[in-house]
Amino acid sequence: MAEKLLAEVTEDHTMTEDWSGGKPPMKASFGKLMMWYFLVSDAFTFCGFLVAYGALRMSVPTWPVPDFVFQSFPGGFTGLPLIFVTVMSFVLIISSVTMVRAVQEGKRENRKGVVFWLLMTILGGFTFLACQAYEWTNLIAVEHMTIFENPFGTHTVDGVYLNADGTDGESFRAGDSYLVHKVDGEWDFKEFRITSGEDAGKIALTQLGPQTFGSLFFCITGFHGFHVSIGVFLLILTCINAASGLYDRKKTQYETVEKVGLYWHFVDLVWVFVFLVFYLL
Amino acid sequence: MSKHLTYEEAKKFAYYGLKLLAVLTVIEVIISLFGKGHLGWKEAYYLDWVHYICGGLIVILSLYKAYFIVFNFMHLGTETKTLIRTVLWPMTLLLFAIIAFIWEGAYWNDARSYILQQDELPSERVVPDINVDPQADQTKIIE
Repeated sequence: MAEKLLAEVTEDHTMTEDWSGGKPPMKASFGKLMMWYFLVSDAFTFCGFLVAYGALRMSVPTWPVPDFVFQSFPGGFTGLPLIFVTVMSFVLIISSVTMVRAVQEGKRENRKGVVFWLLMTILGGFTFLACQAYEWTNLIAVEHMTIFENPFGTHTVDGVYLNADGTDGESFRAGDSYLVHKVDGEWDFKEFRITSGEDAGKIALTQLGPQTFGSLFFCITGFHGFHVSIGVFLLILTCINAASGLYDRKKTQYETVEKVGLYWHFVDLVWVFVFLVFYLL
Repeated sequence: MSKHLTYEEAKKFAYYGLKLLAVLTVIEVIISLFGKGHLGWKEAYYLDWVHYICGGLIVILSLYKAYFIVFNFMHLGTETKTLIRTVLWPMTLLLFAIIAFIWEGAYWNDARSYILQQDELPSERVVPDINVDPQADQTKIIE
């Protein structure tokens, strides 16, 4: 059986033809293939980050609730949980679809169409980066979150806040969120009386939340934002090249648009999971 | 998929993708807000089983979004079978990593609370013998 197969293979020379060059392996061009494998490795990098997030989140008794942390909207609005990040998601989805359109126009060798849709995609990329800049500014400058300190906490017991004169103030339940404010550059921890569990009746102070939340947030969204920046840079280069007519003269034609498109869709894909892990769960 | 589509059909399909992804995202956000007690039922926030159900639904929707982007926008569906496998099979390793590290994280949590409990219990402790002079031991070995 094996001998027969071997004889057949040597007879029709397909093996030697396949590996003697000139033919792209897996019927994909070298550039596209390498972009795919780069994206696979990049997926592992991002997954490493997100897995670290999961492990560290599980390793502490409480974790800041995303609905409480991300509830600001430009223009001084607050109390709008997740609305702003949903807008950011939409921006990326729309820019992903404009990229699909650019690739389609590239296949038709329609130079004007490619340039137009690439410009739309660049606009989407810049909008997303601007949104992220707002989000970071709000967290750092207004809410004083850094990679070392995280003012967002969650109560593990029921209790009642104490007013300055010692009377009872607002009450809260285990699981409720709080934000520690800064007064004159110092953390202003609030006093409260515990009303549940073994320590009922004792007076305690609010504390800063899990420290890793801040560093994980800035590292992961920062790494994703870095990818978006690189993507916008590549898109601008591709757009200039397309506008100059370079791809009309090239042998591979508009394949570069397709490769940059793969990268851009990957950025959108990563955001699906960053959005899931950081904001939705 | 798009290989067999004409230009007009492909164009339509791109906008269909836009609508689909937008709708799925809105559904995800609504489920998430409901699970955190923002949409009427406040008690949902304090119930663990609500979190598990909502979390599971959101994960499934996100995975479908990811599948849609990879197979239709990135055209992985039209590549050869070998290429699809070389891209997707390594991802099964990630499945292991996610389960293993979440498990490990939960163990760290347990270990931490166990240590806290132990610290509060009045019990005999195994303490290092402070009478032994480490310097003296060292000189002995050198001699």
